[in-house]
Amino acid sequence: MEKFAPVTRSEDGQPVRYLIVDDSVFARKNLARMVETFGGQVIGEAGDGISAISEYERLTPDIVLMDITMPQMEGIEAAEKIVRDHPGARIVMVSSVGYQENIVAALQRGARHFVQKPVKPEVLYEVIKYVMRDEGTAAQGAGA
Amino acid sequence: MRMDLIQPFINSADAVLAQGLNSPVAIENLTMEEEAYRRRGIAAEVCLTGEVEGRIIFDVDIQAGLQLASRLAGIAVSETDEELVREAVCELANQIIGNAVTTLNDQGFHFHVRPPVFHTSEQGSRSSEDTEAVVMAFNTSSGSVFMNVALRYQRPSAAQRSAAG
Repeated sequence: MEKFAPVTRSEDGQPVRYLIVDDSVFARKNLARMVETFGGQVIGEAGDGISAISEYERLTPDIVLMDITMPQMEGIEAAEKIVRDHPGARIVMVSSVGYQENIVAALQRGARHFVQKPVKPEVLYEVIKYVMRDEGTAAQGAGA
Repeated sequence: MRMDLIQPFINSADAVLAQGLNSPVAIENLTMEEEAYRRRGIAAEVCLTGEVEGRIIFDVDIQAGLQLASRLAGIAVSETDEELVREAVCELANQIIGNAVTTLNDQGFHFHVRPPVFHTSEQGSRSSEDTEAVVMAFNTSSGSVFMNVALRYQRPSAAQRSAAG
């Protein structure tokens, strides 16, 4: 997999810490491998919206990568609940279902961005840099 | 079955498989099926509810599933990793069907997609007049991939159309 210039937190230069939420173990593993090529650290995973909320409370990650279609509680509802309690939460929706209504609903409820599956690493990398723009930096002169 | 409901699934399978496998994909065959569905190997099923209702089954034989999982995971996957292969097939189904659903929604069809589930029974329900199935076979570098699409368009009631504006 392609290597990218590491994106780090500007406040302390530490790796960006991710919570990955997807009901597919396979999708979580793929996203984890991807963010590791961005210099990120996966600090938690969840398989549904309810677990995502509790894991967010427990871990307070820098970024949440959140699927939409999941059992028990869908990603948009989970994102809304997380942002209601943590207005600074950075949630990026990552879903194969990317129709306009869904994207608008996710953004209106507090998600910062939307990436459609299948995820292209270079697209996710740019989104991470954008979402972390106030807090994160990418090392100069390397990777994408 | 309305072909405008089917075409997005063909386009989406073509695009997602080609991107995931990094090689061209060709549609081998497209047939209407009235008999009950018979599982070929590892299968995932996604159900739709709303104006478009029905189910899509994404099905690959074991060897093709192993190759698909290895390509998509970027590691050699063996037959002992059956869970990983099933997860890979499910996720691929999710991506293909999700992209097709996106196109259909943007064309004005409103419905909800449920998470994919492993389809374990050997046989599915027989198609009926209003939910006949289209079976598509795709030829990929990892082997043949099948999609069995049985959808029914439910015309929304006057009240639903009015509520939708």
